[in-house]
Amino acid sequence: MKRRLTRLAPLPFLLPNLVGFMVFTAGPVVFSLASSFTNWNLQRPGQTSLIGTQNFTEIWGDPKFWLSFINTVYLMLGIPASIAFSLWLAILLNRKMKGNETLKALLFLPSVTSGVAIMILWKNLYNPDFGPINAAIEGFFHSVGFGNIHGPQWLSSTQNPLSLDVEKVGLAPKQFGVGARDALNLLGIWAAIGGSNMLLYLAGLANVPEDLIEAAQVDGAGKWACFRKITWPQLAPTTFFIVVMSIIGGLQGGFETARVMTNGGPSGTTTTIAYYIYNKAFEAYQIGYASAVSWLLFAIILVFTIFNWKFGQTEGTV
Amino acid sequence: MRSSVKTQRNWTLLFVYIILGLFSITTLIPFLWMFLTSFKSLQEVDKPGILPHQWHKENYGEVFKQIPFSQYYLNSFLVAAWVTFLTVVTSAMSAFAFARMTWKGRDQVFLMYLATMMVPGVVTMIPNYAIIVRLHLLDSYTGLIVPASFSAFGTFLLRQFMISIPKALDEAAYLDGASPWRTFWDVIMPIAKPGLAALGILTFLGNYGSFYWPLILIKSDSLRTLPIGMLNFDGNYGRQTNLIMAAGMMSLIPPLLLFLIGQKQLLKGIQMGAVKG
Repeated sequence: MKRRLTRLAPLPFLLPNLVGFMVFTAGPVVFSLASSFTNWNLQRPGQTSLIGTQNFTEIWGDPKFWLSFINTVYLMLGIPASIAFSLWLAILLNRKMKGNETLKALLFLPSVTSGVAIMILWKNLYNPDFGPINAAIEGFFHSVGFGNIHGPQWLSSTQNPLSLDVEKVGLAPKQFGVGARDALNLLGIWAAIGGSNMLLYLAGLANVPEDLIEAAQVDGAGKWACFRKITWPQLAPTTFFIVVMSIIGGLQGGFETARVMTNGGPSGTTTTIAYYIYNKAFEAYQIGYASAVSWLLFAIILVFTIFNWKFGQTEGTV
Repeated sequence: MRSSVKTQRNWTLLFVYIILGLFSITTLIPFLWMFLTSFKSLQEVDKPGILPHQWHKENYGEVFKQIPFSQYYLNSFLVAAWVTFLTVVTSAMSAFAFARMTWKGRDQVFLMYLATMMVPGVVTMIPNYAIIVRLHLLDSYTGLIVPASFSAFGTFLLRQFMISIPKALDEAAYLDGASPWRTFWDVIMPIAKPGLAALGILTFLGNYGSFYWPLILIKSDSLRTLPIGMLNFDGNYGRQTNLIMAAGMMSLIPPLLLFLIGQKQLLKGIQMGAVKG
């Protein structure tokens, strides 16, 4: 009797979460995989049937998907800069000084405030005619004697420093400039540098043994050498974690900014894979096709993560 | 010799303050612009000049006249509070089962939890939408709250926390004849409080800012949460930059307060979530 009781004892603790987990997470994962092999369309109820891998071959030849893939990768170009800034800030903050906690809280501000309000705010900051960013740029050029220089068109421009073409995969010199995707990258860096990455680096720095650095300094090692030979290798697990999470987040990202700030435009240049899936599922109601794209996204994320894992292992850090 | 080291230290510190100051200013300027713009008249928004010519406090009241802003506030608050409560309770219970009890298949089930954390949100979003349609919960509070209330991440976070509590405590309780429930409530939960607080704050902030799920689920104005209401205000009411900034300022107050109160726990929680075990 007693034994039976203990064997069932975990169940009441587990069940509430497990049932919810099954219904809203595990079940849907399986269900979504199954629907990616169907032509399920909410506008044609009762006509759903299995179509094998047809969705996937269709995606392969879908230029809109490939453009959204390029956009997604483009919008991840800000990640290295934002990680580097986070590390720099953490190193600066990792010392005994007055106002340390206040500065940390200030820098963390963009991470606590809700996304939509911030995005609407930045949409206005970027406004080419009335926004303060171009006002500052044009004011600066005016004061040094270049009164006729205008700031970028930001969110309404398809230009980019890489000269990527818009409607098709390729390069076009007339696309050279600064545009919507760069604006979103700058916003991403602004929002992320003082956020959780900085906190993770601070936690990592707290674990770097101080006597190791002191010993090196006694031996005459400079600051940069200390950083490269001691701090950076000690932080490797933290960096690895941050890189993996940033890539996973970046590949899934861009939905909110696209929906709130640009509607995926101009000319689809800010339509990421996540926003493309949203359009397919909840605007065009092609549930089967959208599920297939979302599984492809999952596959891409897995490949990147496994690649990172292997790469991180050879560095001898994990 | 000694004093030269000291002066060098002072110079370093000055440099550190300057750089950190520049970063802080860059962080703050957009918020400052938002604050100042929220007090300007609409004509003044587009004109150069930093401070409002006249402080139009009535902008804030005007927001409530044009859109049901207090309703949005209430909805956001209600939904986030319910989701936070349910998430913390169900996660704490399952974390207890994973961290403090031994049973067959435990590690396999936990691995399944971990595996789903890698699946992108959009993968489950579509079937969840279908489920909610089937259950006729589209456009309802229940539809907003329930699917968001079972967190694999929360289970993971609290398990990490509970697993570090010494086993001797449960054993002592067991020898005293305490049931698992008693051990859960009287032994583990009090010790796990910082973890619960961290998860609670993270969940509240996350859900308060939640955008995707309410966007596809909610059709009627009276059920809109703040992010959806603001999006609608921005898109369908013409360009009223000063009012939308006032609405934005007001929407930032609850997360800011929560952050000020729970800063320590929140920062701890973020750092803890990264510790794999």
